[in-house]
Amino acid sequence: MHSVTNIQKYSIHDGDGIRTTVFFKGCHLRCQWCHNPETQSFDKELQVDIPKCTGCGRCAAVCPEGAVSISLEGKSLTDREKCVVCGRCEPACPGNYRTVVGRDYTVDELVKICMQDLMFYEESGGGVTLSGGEVMAMDSGYIKELVRKLHREGVNIAIDTCGQAPYSNYEAIMPYVDTWLYDIKVMDDEKHREYMGMSNALILDNLKRLAAAGSRIYIRIPVVKEVNGDPESMEAVIRFLKDNDIRPLQVNLLPYHSTGSHKYGKLGMAYPGEALTAPADEEMQNFVRQWEDAGYGNVKIGG
Amino acid sequence: MEERGMNARIRALRKVSMETQPHIDLERAKIETEVYKQWEGKVSLPVLRAMVLKEYFSKKTLYLGEGELIVGEKGKDPQSSPTFPELTCHTLDDMHIMNDRAVVNYTVTEQDLKDQEEIIIPFWRGKSMRDKILAGMTEEWMECYAAGMFTEFMEQRGPGHTCGGKNVFTKGYAEFKTEIHKAIKDLDFMNDPEAVEKKDELEAMLIDCDAVMILGKRYQELLEEEAKKCEDPVRRAELEQMAANLDVIPAHAPQTYWQAIQLYWFTHLAVTSELNPWDAFSPGRLDQHLYPYYAKDVEEGILDDDRALELLECLWVKFNNQPAPVKVGVTLKESGTYTDFANINTGGIREDGSNGVNAVSYLILDCMDEMKLVQPNSNVQISKKTPHRFLKRACEISREGWGQPAFYNTDEIVQELLNAGKTLPDARQGGSSGCVETGSWGNEAYILTGYFNIPKIFQLTLYNGFDNQSGKQLGLKTGDPRDFKTYEELWDAFAMQLHYMADIKVRGNNVIEKLYAQYMPAPCLSIVTNDCIKNGKDYNNGGSRYNTRYIQGVGIGTITDCLAAIKYNIYDNQNFTMDELLKAMDDDFVGHEEILNMVMNRTPKYGNDDDYADDIMQEVFRLYRDDITGRPTMSGGQYHVDMLPTTCHIYFGEVIGATANGRRAHKPVSEGISPEKFADTYGPTAVIKSCAKMDHCSTGGTLLNQKFTPSALAGDTGLENLASLIRAYFAMDGHHIQFNVFDKQTLLEAQKHPDDYRDLIVRVAGYSDYFRNLDEELQNEIINRTAQSF
Repeated sequence: MHSVTNIQKYSIHDGDGIRTTVFFKGCHLRCQWCHNPETQSFDKELQVDIPKCTGCGRCAAVCPEGAVSISLEGKSLTDREKCVVCGRCEPACPGNYRTVVGRDYTVDELVKICMQDLMFYEESGGGVTLSGGEVMAMDSGYIKELVRKLHREGVNIAIDTCGQAPYSNYEAIMPYVDTWLYDIKVMDDEKHREYMGMSNALILDNLKRLAAAGSRIYIRIPVVKEVNGDPESMEAVIRFLKDNDIRPLQVNLLPYHSTGSHKYGKLGMAYPGEALTAPADEEMQNFVRQWEDAGYGNVKIGG
Repeated sequence: MEERGMNARIRALRKVSMETQPHIDLERAKIETEVYKQWEGKVSLPVLRAMVLKEYFSKKTLYLGEGELIVGEKGKDPQSSPTFPELTCHTLDDMHIMNDRAVVNYTVTEQDLKDQEEIIIPFWRGKSMRDKILAGMTEEWMECYAAGMFTEFMEQRGPGHTCGGKNVFTKGYAEFKTEIHKAIKDLDFMNDPEAVEKKDELEAMLIDCDAVMILGKRYQELLEEEAKKCEDPVRRAELEQMAANLDVIPAHAPQTYWQAIQLYWFTHLAVTSELNPWDAFSPGRLDQHLYPYYAKDVEEGILDDDRALELLECLWVKFNNQPAPVKVGVTLKESGTYTDFANINTGGIREDGSNGVNAVSYLILDCMDEMKLVQPNSNVQISKKTPHRFLKRACEISREGWGQPAFYNTDEIVQELLNAGKTLPDARQGGSSGCVETGSWGNEAYILTGYFNIPKIFQLTLYNGFDNQSGKQLGLKTGDPRDFKTYEELWDAFAMQLHYMADIKVRGNNVIEKLYAQYMPAPCLSIVTNDCIKNGKDYNNGGSRYNTRYIQGVGIGTITDCLAAIKYNIYDNQNFTMDELLKAMDDDFVGHEEILNMVMNRTPKYGNDDDYADDIMQEVFRLYRDDITGRPTMSGGQYHVDMLPTTCHIYFGEVIGATANGRRAHKPVSEGISPEKFADTYGPTAVIKSCAKMDHCSTGGTLLNQKFTPSALAGDTGLENLASLIRAYFAMDGHHIQFNVFDKQTLLEAQKHPDDYRDLIVRVAGYSDYFRNLDEELQNEIINRTAQSF
């Protein structure tokens, strides 16, 4: 599995300089605040912008499965049980309100697109970031081939990962990766299970091994008030890093935002993070100070 | 209105400049009419022209503003716009329109109307350059001009587009006179058949030298008088110093920084009062020209950075005090602004190729940042040698979102100039003036002649040469496109139409060039432009070292997408037929939503680093460039192309129906070399890559606008990324780039008209997205957030 939801050029918040970020589709975690819900499932999905739909019916007319109908309110209704995501309704919609998310690229196709902005990487100290979803949960051979070829072309590579993947996947591409953007959510495993749907054991273990192998690591912490937005949670992360001699070159504290919530509706999903909130600016500043007091010089709010 | 300026003096001067309504000033026109009445036919034309300037500078009302350190206005006071009836004799209707129109209006008084009716019109009606030009044009030219196939720059204003070279800052007019006398002495009346004409021209130059010196003397007397009356000792000392400065300049080479600035300003007034050349006049490498004076004065302890900056800010106010000569009709549409395009270039390289950034360069950046005036237009020249700190400081100012400074690529400009035949030192001392057009400063007459409506030419091709807007057969009958079996047949028909239209335009240009050479010499501009004195020839008659004429191509994004839409959907994929497309276009795509969707959203487009579309762009560009470039001008120079629109893309769009790329009827066409408004969807790097595929080095300038939201440029990282973006574009030989940072108002517009703002990317939070893709609530949140960050 290695389909791509989006390739973002002039990406300036996922690693150093001007980058191209490739978002892969599929992730094993189910973080309640996930702002890219279209990258959760490994399968292709149909996205429909219902509020903008005019109910013209062209989608229903072309659907071979009979999965689409027009509601009494004049909106298209897609029966996701019947829909096989064949994509025929996509070009039929005159407003482009229907989109199939997830496209397959060969390694060479992706390399070609990533190489288009080489000049910008060169000038800015940027490169390519592979993200998701969870890039490390993709087909390992494919990803290895991709990073090997990009590395051979001289491109700086960053991997944006949540850590939930077999360590062998990390090991396989380690020689080609310049920087790991490694997420830590919360140390308390109960909480991790509650908000992420899985234990953090593998995540923390992978991080320890990656650091022990001498990797260049940026730690990224999405800060959510209800989950880890308190000094004790921060302290737990700091202690974990110190105890395991993990020395990140940068720490990014990413305040929670609900701006991805509008995407859930398009996928026929409900947003699970309604109850979550962002820490106040002052609290964020305090967390920065807490990290700095613990001896970390390069702490930033935001990517 | 926000008050700006480093101190109370500047704030007060700037306030007057900003708050005074531009108004018509007939003093020059009346003096000129008197001179013509008395002397026309009795003296040579160059001498007659010089006498007008001399008489004007001898009699004009002098203005001395409270606290001014640099003196002189083109008209009788700030925001005066003298008229030039020898170029355009405005009718009373014109005068009413310029007074009454909602934007770019100029106040016209009852007395002005009376003077125009009783003095100006009776003498000039039927004999202005505009009358001569229009009488000299063919019927095809008149029809194409009226239909908006092209515009004509010299229809209401004089040729110009020039910048001063070093001698504007190093020579006084007495010294110029010595040179001119020598040139007269060297004339070969035995063998040179043009010796008589040359003598007339050189004598006219002598008169103009006197004109400038007379203006200097008159100001000196005024300043001495004011100094005597002045009770404030500080101001009195200033007035005395200003008067003392005029002992030296404009007759002699300046000795101080202050004198150098005042000398430039007198030259600026003289050149722009003599005729109203397009793009006023510009000081060229102001920082490099001023630096030796700055360094010497600082060394001697008579100048510090505060004073140096204050004098620059005074100069900025002077530029801003001069609104563009009043325009009407089509010329107003192609250039709908008060701005007269005086342009300050900062940075770049020196004659020997070394880095040109110096202490004055940084002062100029501080000045533009502090003053925030649209006039003078400010830009920076960036070469590979330019220090990062200078680039970053310029980015910092640009990020504030008012479009200045624009960024120019020195190394690419040098290539352009070398390609056009300049020597290496002359190329290094060149740059861009006006908008983005390139010339060798102080050495070249490089004259914009008009915009060329390339998408409309393609539109003619689709209708067998017929213009469905004017209802006239403007083009050739190249065949019904429904009968074209291949894309190549369509392309060949387009190429024929383009060549035909270029012939019409250039034929008209040639007549106009001869008319200006004959009737409108510019001896004052000729004094300061190398090698007019040596050649004994006028600037408007090929006297300069280099002579170039430009035609500015407009709408490359639109035409590329039209061709791509047809090639992709009709010839490559058979998605619909030519007949279906033409019907859809005739109906402005109403009822043809599927075709509209295909051409708008499912066709490769220019601006996305997609070779399918970008290859077409290159073909169109080469077709246009190769058709124009190298055509001879009447003064022995050559034609080259520019790719810039000013505001003409709006006018050109108004005269074109719906186009094959899904652009609705009468909407603007694409501007500069930017993609069509709704076409680029992969962000700034993709746009830059597409644009860089054009061979900029073979043009005389291209224009690229980039849009950003403030959040995308926030913090030091934002600045660094912006600087990298510029460096990368310039490494790929891009000519020019400038940045618009969106404000709240624009985002509100984008919310109302999402299709017009399809390329607007906003930083949402941890990710960026297209504004149009966000739901209303989120859009509102971002709108409010943006407003806060301003």
